[in-house]
Amino acid sequence: MSFLYSFPGLCQGKSDITAMAKIKGGYYTPLYSPNAEQTEVKSFEIDVFPVTNSDFLAFVKQNPEWRKSKVKSIFADSNYLKQWESDFSFNLKIANSPVVNVSWFAAKKYCECQGKRLPETAEWELAAKASETKADASKDPEFNQWVLNWVTKPNPPVLSAVGSTFRNFYGVYDMHGLVWEWTYDFNSALTTGESRGNSSPDNTLFCGGGSFSANDVTNYASFMRFALRSSVKARYGVANLGFRCVK
Amino acid sequence: MKSGNYFTKLALFLLVASAFITGCDKKNSQSGNAQNDKIIGEEVAILTFAPDVPPPITRNHATKMIVNLEVIEKEMEMMDGVKYNFWTFGGQVPGKFIRVREGDLVEFHLKNDPSSKLPHNIDLHAVTGPGGGAVSTFTAPGHETQFSFTALNPGLFIYHCATAPVGMHIANGMYGLILVEPKAGLPKVDKEFYVCQGDFYTKGSYGESGLQPFDMQKALDENPDYVVFNGKVGAMSGENSLKAKVGETVRLFVGNGGPGLTSSFHVIGEIFDNVYPEGGSTLNHNVQTTLIPPGGSAITEFKLNVPGDFIMVDHAIFRAFNKGALGILKVDGAENKSIFSGQQDDRIYQPEGGAVQSMPETNAAPAKPLSKSEKLELGKALYSSTCIACHQADGKGIEKAFPPLVKSDYFASDPQKIIRAITHGLSGPITVNGKLYDGVMPKQSLSDNQVASVVTYVLNNFGNKGGEVDAEDIAKSRK
Repeated sequence: MSFLYSFPGLCQGKSDITAMAKIKGGYYTPLYSPNAEQTEVKSFEIDVFPVTNSDFLAFVKQNPEWRKSKVKSIFADSNYLKQWESDFSFNLKIANSPVVNVSWFAAKKYCECQGKRLPETAEWELAAKASETKADASKDPEFNQWVLNWVTKPNPPVLSAVGSTFRNFYGVYDMHGLVWEWTYDFNSALTTGESRGNSSPDNTLFCGGGSFSANDVTNYASFMRFALRSSVKARYGVANLGFRCVK
Repeated sequence: MKSGNYFTKLALFLLVASAFITGCDKKNSQSGNAQNDKIIGEEVAILTFAPDVPPPITRNHATKMIVNLEVIEKEMEMMDGVKYNFWTFGGQVPGKFIRVREGDLVEFHLKNDPSSKLPHNIDLHAVTGPGGGAVSTFTAPGHETQFSFTALNPGLFIYHCATAPVGMHIANGMYGLILVEPKAGLPKVDKEFYVCQGDFYTKGSYGESGLQPFDMQKALDENPDYVVFNGKVGAMSGENSLKAKVGETVRLFVGNGGPGLTSSFHVIGEIFDNVYPEGGSTLNHNVQTTLIPPGGSAITEFKLNVPGDFIMVDHAIFRAFNKGALGILKVDGAENKSIFSGQQDDRIYQPEGGAVQSMPETNAAPAKPLSKSEKLELGKALYSSTCIACHQADGKGIEKAFPPLVKSDYFASDPQKIIRAITHGLSGPITVNGKLYDGVMPKQSLSDNQVASVVTYVLNNFGNKGGEVDAEDIAKSRK
C-alpha cells in the first residue's frame, strides 16, 4: 500500500490504486536539446489508463474543496470540469472517458492523494515512444503517421472511453489518440507563440518545424505536443487535456 | 543669478528637442504619419468569406477597429469525394477578409474553438511588431487572446498561423488577407473579389477519394497534389463562378497562402489594366501575369469590355488543369465584335494533360468489370474532374468552341463516336444539334473501365437516351 500524506486537510481518504505498468529506464532526446543531448530517464511505473471522470469524482467527493463550484480561481479557470452537470455528477456516457478541463493543480493533487505524482515530460515521452509492438517506434513512419492523423483532427463531440485507442508495447493504453496529458514540468517546454524567433542566447530553443536545432524535424506530432504544453497555464482547463499518474 | 545658465540650458534643450521633432517627421513621412493619427471612436470590423470583400471604407479619420477572429478545425471537402481536415480562420479556407484603414488602431481578438485539437496563433503581415502578433496570440483550445497594433503601412497583407510546426499549420489552410486601405482610399470600382491560392499535400494522389491525411514528405518536397483557389477544387466554378457585367471595372484582391508555391496569376482573355505588385503601393499597368509569392499578395484591376467566361489560373499551367488552380469570372452583356470577333481560336484554352504525349502501353492486369451503377458513379466523378472544363457542368459546352452533350445527335445513333472521341481525340469540323464546331478534343489517357464509365454516364444524363458500354467495347475501339 502506498503511503498517504500525513498533512491534515491536504488529502482526505484514499482512492483505489489503478493498474500501473513498468517502463524500463532509457534515454530520451528532448526535441530542442542542444547537440541532441539525451536525458536519462530512470525506470518508473505509469498508470495504464488516463484518469477517468469516475476516478476524478471519487477524488472530488473525498476532497470537496476541489468541486467545481468551490475550487479556488487561482487553481482552476472557468472551464474547470465544464463537462460535468454539477459538482458531483455528469452524464454517464462520459463516466469512463478521460477527465478533461482539469487544471494542472487539480491533476497534481489527485496524483499526490494516490501516493503518486504527475510524470515528468521526459518520462511521458519515453513511454509514448512505444507502438503496439515496439518499445521505440519513434522512427517508424507508419506509427508516426497514425499519431499525426489523430493530432490533425478536431475533438469528437463525446470523448471515447479509456482503453479505446491502442495498447502499447508496455501494456499502457491511450498514450496517443485520446487526449493530451499534463506533465509535471509542462512549462519548461521550449516553444513560444513566436515559433520562428532567432533571438539568441535561446536560439536553440525556439523554432517551428524545420529548425536546424530541433532534433527530429519530421516528427511533427512531438512538435504539436510541445506546442500544446507551451500554450497552457497551470490553471487552464482544456477540453482535450487530461492526465495520468506515475510513481 | 543663475538665470543666464537657465536660459542657456532652455535654449539648448529647445534646439535639441526641435532636432528630434524634425527627425521624427522624416521617419513619419515614410509611413504617412500613421503613428500620430488621432483615434476617433471605434467599430467592430465587418469580416467576409471569400470571394466577398467588406465594403470600401468611407471615413476620413483613424478609428479603433475591433477584429474578432475564430480558429475552427474542421473536416471539409477538397473536391467531390475527397475530404481533408482543414484548420481555418473563421470556418473556411481562406480565412475571413479584414479591411482597415492606414492609421487605424486594430484591437485583435483571436479565439480558439474549444473543439480544436491544437493551440494556434496569428501573424498578420500588416503588423509592425514581434512575430506580427504571433507571440501575443498563442491561444490554447477554448481560450481567447488579445493584442492591439497600429496599421502603419497601407497594402494588402497575408495573415497566417505561426504555431509550430508552422509549415503544417499553413498547409492545412490557416491563411487569409488583411487590407490596409491607404488614407486616400482606393479608386472606386464596380466589383471587388477576394481570391486566395494555396497548395495542399495529401497522402493520396489528386482525386483519390476518402479522408486524405496530410503528407509531410510531399510538403517538404514542395510537391503538392492540389493547387487551388479559395480552399477547394471548383470553389469559383460552376454555380460558384464570380459574376460581373460588360462595362464594369473589377478589382481582385489576390493572396497566396502557399505554403510552397509561387503563383503566376493570370486571367485568360483579360489584361490587368492596373496591378499593385506584391500588394504594395507602386502601380504597374498592362500586365498579363503577375507573380505572387507564398506569404504575399497582389491587387489586379481590369475593365470588362466583352462578355464571356474569363478564367483565372496559376499559369504554371499543370497546376491549373491537373491540380485545381482554376476559377471562372462569368461576364454578361453586349458583345463588341470590334474588340473581340468571337473566333474560337482566340478563346480556346488547350488542356494539355497527359494525353498529348503518348505513354507506352503498360501490361496492366485486366481490371474487374464494373456494374452499371458503379459506372454511373465513377463516370460522374470523372466527368466533374475532367470533362467539365470544356463541356461544362450542365453539358451544354461553349458556343462555337466545345460541343454540347445535351441531347446530342452526334452520338445518339452510334455510341462508338463518343468512345472514339475520348480514346482517339477528335479534330476537324463536325455538326452537333445543327451547329458547326471546328475545334480540337485531345485524346484522354483513361483506362478502359474509366472510359466505359464516363461514356455510360453521359449516355444516361444530359437528356440522352440511355445505354451502357463495357470495357471490352472500349478496348475494341482502340484497335
